Amino acid sequence: MKLSTKHLLGIKDLTKEDIQLILSTAEQFKEVLQRPVKKVPSLRDITIVNLFYENSTRTRMSFELAERRLSADVLNFTASSSSAAKGETLLDTVNNILSMKVDMVVMRHSASGAPHFLAKHIPAAIVNAGDGINEHPTQALLDAFSMREKLGKLEGLKVAIIGDIMHSRVALSNMYLLRKMGAEILVVGPPTLIPKYISEALGVRVTYNLQEALKWCDVANVLRIQLERQNQPLFSSLREYNLAYGIKRKMLENLGKDIVIMHPGPINRGVELDSDVADGPYSIILNQVENGVAVRMAALYLLAGRES
Amino acid sequence: MKTILSEQQIALTVKRLAHQILENNQGLANTVVIGLQPRGIFLSDRIVAELKALVGTTPIHYGKLDITFYRDDVRKTLHIANQTDINFSIEGKTVILVDDVLYTGRTIRAALDALLAFGRPSKVSLCVLIDRRFSRELPIQPDFSGKAIDTILSDKVKVNWRENDEKDEVVLV
Repeated sequence: MKLSTKHLLGIKDLTKEDIQLILSTAEQFKEVLQRPVKKVPSLRDITIVNLFYENSTRTRMSFELAERRLSADVLNFTASSSSAAKGETLLDTVNNILSMKVDMVVMRHSASGAPHFLAKHIPAAIVNAGDGINEHPTQALLDAFSMREKLGKLEGLKVAIIGDIMHSRVALSNMYLLRKMGAEILVVGPPTLIPKYISEALGVRVTYNLQEALKWCDVANVLRIQLERQNQPLFSSLREYNLAYGIKRKMLENLGKDIVIMHPGPINRGVELDSDVADGPYSIILNQVENGVAVRMAALYLLAGRES
Repeated sequence: MKTILSEQQIALTVKRLAHQILENNQGLANTVVIGLQPRGIFLSDRIVAELKALVGTTPIHYGKLDITFYRDDVRKTLHIANQTDINFSIEGKTVILVDDVLYTGRTIRAALDALLAFGRPSKVSLCVLIDRRFSRELPIQPDFSGKAIDTILSDKVKVNWRENDEKDEVVLV
């Protein structure tokens, strides 16, 4: 058994079997991470470059830790402190790095499709760590892993994705993945932040009513308002957004049922999530971060093993 | 296809291996048993059952180890990992590693590496059902061996287990 694709560009290209394989391998890596020695020698002959053209804390550290735990050699590239600032093109940069015998590229870029472009022109395996408003596949995989770990299954699970659906690559990857795994999806947010034909295109339900969504769902995956990607005002103020779509502790307590709150980070406290929700008993946000390392180890391991 | 061990012989051999392990590790104090995934588990399950019958109420520490991530051939073939379950410390313990067939020795080499991620055992012994003693590629020998067979490289030894392959049997294919 191996992955059906050479690169991990998006959940869109993965089969249900690929997703299951990554999740089950991640379970084994999660066990590895509980050991006194948390490092395995699997990728000791592999060199990986982390190519980050956009800021990141969690994803970059999580990838780097995953790579080191697998014994890979790691190179870090940050656009702001490199020759990209002098105007070197993406393809030139990557070709130069690859000529130093690098086997895999983990890449984040603000342009949607940047890793797909690279995949057409270079021989190395590429892992998309977020491209513009397109996809963030490892985030969706770790979200799915965390949901399955907490609730035991994905099939038939009711998941509400709440917030800035329009600009969120996490939302898109989550929708692809959850659909493939047979979960039900409801997207929630102000009409200006939900793409118009999303129901038809992705087979999800839409509501503009947060309360209705919370009553319905088992899991609420709450997204960050991505002000950096909004070129024009799409809601009147952060305070008003919080009043209509911010999640407050009282709301959850009044539901009279269990609910799981997730967030891909970084959180805008007091905007999409109040602090007592983010840090409260419903939240599995830090479990998501913990699981991220195991899931990324699984993806890198399976892609490296596919090389042959 | 030639039968090397029948169902009855396997049952007797497992009993003997359990007795030998106990003979060398009095009362199993300070001793843990670790079966290697995936197919060593069938043997270790039975050895542990025999040991339980022999030592009575003394609890036996029994774990399962998967060595996939420690293999030296990741780039050649992709292996799918199985569950590792070692919920006790092996620090300062005698570890009995259990596998079904000892062949090139590479699996055991990887297992020793994997084991050290859990601590520093005082001693590691190896127990196998079948020892293909002329096929070794590394200097590794069993301490407890069910049966040694002197086959040529092209022969294939298959160990069948009731739980997985209908009946207990060791055959030469």
